[in-house]
Amino acid sequence: MCLAIPGKIKSIETMYDGLVRMAKIQFGGIMKQASLEMVPQAKVGDYVLVHVGVAISIVDEEEAKKSFEYLEQIGEIDELIEHTQTDRNDLPSINSSKSQSADGA
Amino acid sequence: MKYLSEYRNPELVKKYLDEIHQSCTKPWMIMEVCGGQTHSIVKNGLLQLLPKEITMVHGPGCPVCVTPMHLIDKAVYLALKEKVILCSFGDMLRVPGSTDSLLEAKSKGADVRILYSPLEAVKLAKDNPDKQVVFFAVGFETTAPANALSVLHAHREGLENYSILASHVLVPPAIDAVMNDDLVKIQGFLAAGHVCTIMGIGEYGPLVEKYQVPIVVTGFEPVDILHGILMVVKQLEKSEHKLENQYARVVRPEGNPEARKVIEEVFEITDREWRGVGNIPLSGYQVKEQYAAFDANKKFSIKMPKVEENPECIAGQVLKGIKKPHECPQFGKGCTPERPLGAPMVSSEGACAAYYHFSKISGQLTEA
Ligand code: SF4
Repeated sequence: MCLAIPGKIKSIETMYDGLVRMAKIQFGGIMKQASLEMVPQAKVGDYVLVHVGVAISIVDEEEAKKSFEYLEQIGEIDELIEHTQTDRNDLPSINSSKSQSADGA
Repeated sequence: MKYLSEYRNPELVKKYLDEIHQSCTKPWMIMEVCGGQTHSIVKNGLLQLLPKEITMVHGPGCPVCVTPMHLIDKAVYLALKEKVILCSFGDMLRVPGSTDSLLEAKSKGADVRILYSPLEAVKLAKDNPDKQVVFFAVGFETTAPANALSVLHAHREGLENYSILASHVLVPPAIDAVMNDDLVKIQGFLAAGHVCTIMGIGEYGPLVEKYQVPIVVTGFEPVDILHGILMVVKQLEKSEHKLENQYARVVRPEGNPEARKVIEEVFEITDREWRGVGNIPLSGYQVKEQYAAFDANKKFSIKMPKVEENPECIAGQVLKGIKKPHECPQFGKGCTPERPLGAPMVSSEGACAAYYHFSKISGQLTEA
């Protein structure tokens, strides 16, 4: 449960009147939301290490890709997929959504 | 993964292995603290590739494994209460309490849910105003910011139906406790990379000095682990003891200051009981008074009776490296991942479960 998984920030939105930044993050074929509160400098297109729904550091793209491949290979990504399929309770709804940038960055 | 070519970076794996074999002239006992590393070491067959002089000891770094039984009982008790939704990470569900696990409580009708993130639990509380949502917040320093954030988010939302049952543990006091035991013969440590991503590496310097042991902050992939072991062995062979950072590409010396700020806002340090190990002073986090409204312990003011562990489980000795999992008489017999007697058999990051699934050492068990 202590693993952190690297993913790419696809878009950023804010909640709580702009106080909290939440991102849509792509992990291979899966998209999940995560808080960017611990990585204030992170921007769309950056790779971040995500642990239980919170990005904890920004990582180099090459490194992120290799490490994701490794996690996939040893089956650690399965857990992420499982939770994505089974839980309908997604992350907090984004109230005052002010999208900083769209997809494809 | 038995063949070198199956590693993500076979040349590097081979290079580190060769160097370890060349450098190592004496027997050394090295502990990896993190359960993620244990899982990686055993699963990737690294034990069989290392020189036989090197003994790897699998430390207490699996938060699921060290959560005390009376807290599991408390979670089960809360889950069985009316109008309570008890949420946790998946690994916690099968951990045996004194009577039931959370999974058994679920089969008795309790509303127990597996979540990926504590932030999802806040959303659940918002959507279910007539229910009390309790998140069973276990973890090391890596998980503390997420659990603390859930409290801050719930506070901002003005939620009165969200709380956490905190069972947070800290790595440096655990190393201290392990080294304080006279039976323990560990000579070097791999510290947990993702824990240091949050906390930085500063806390480990004093431990290096106090016990004169090398500590190398290490990542979790086979290449990282072998590199970390090589760095420890090189120090040991030269009779040195230093703090080094193998995982510098992710771990900054100061850690993540924002994450630490959030932890300090919500949590304070407290004594904690570690399952199998016992009480370790100043080794965990509890919710600060200021956020008492989000502390399930205070909110439901439950006193659970202290319970004795199953006396046949030698988890404490396993977690300190005094015994190997397969030296436990119950290993693979009375105790299996399907019917665990003790916590290290439950999580895939626990030493006993890792051995059960992947190790050939016992000779009687085939790979799962
Ligand atoms: S094998 Fe089972 S009974 Fe033995 S120490 Fe491990 S968890 Fe405890």
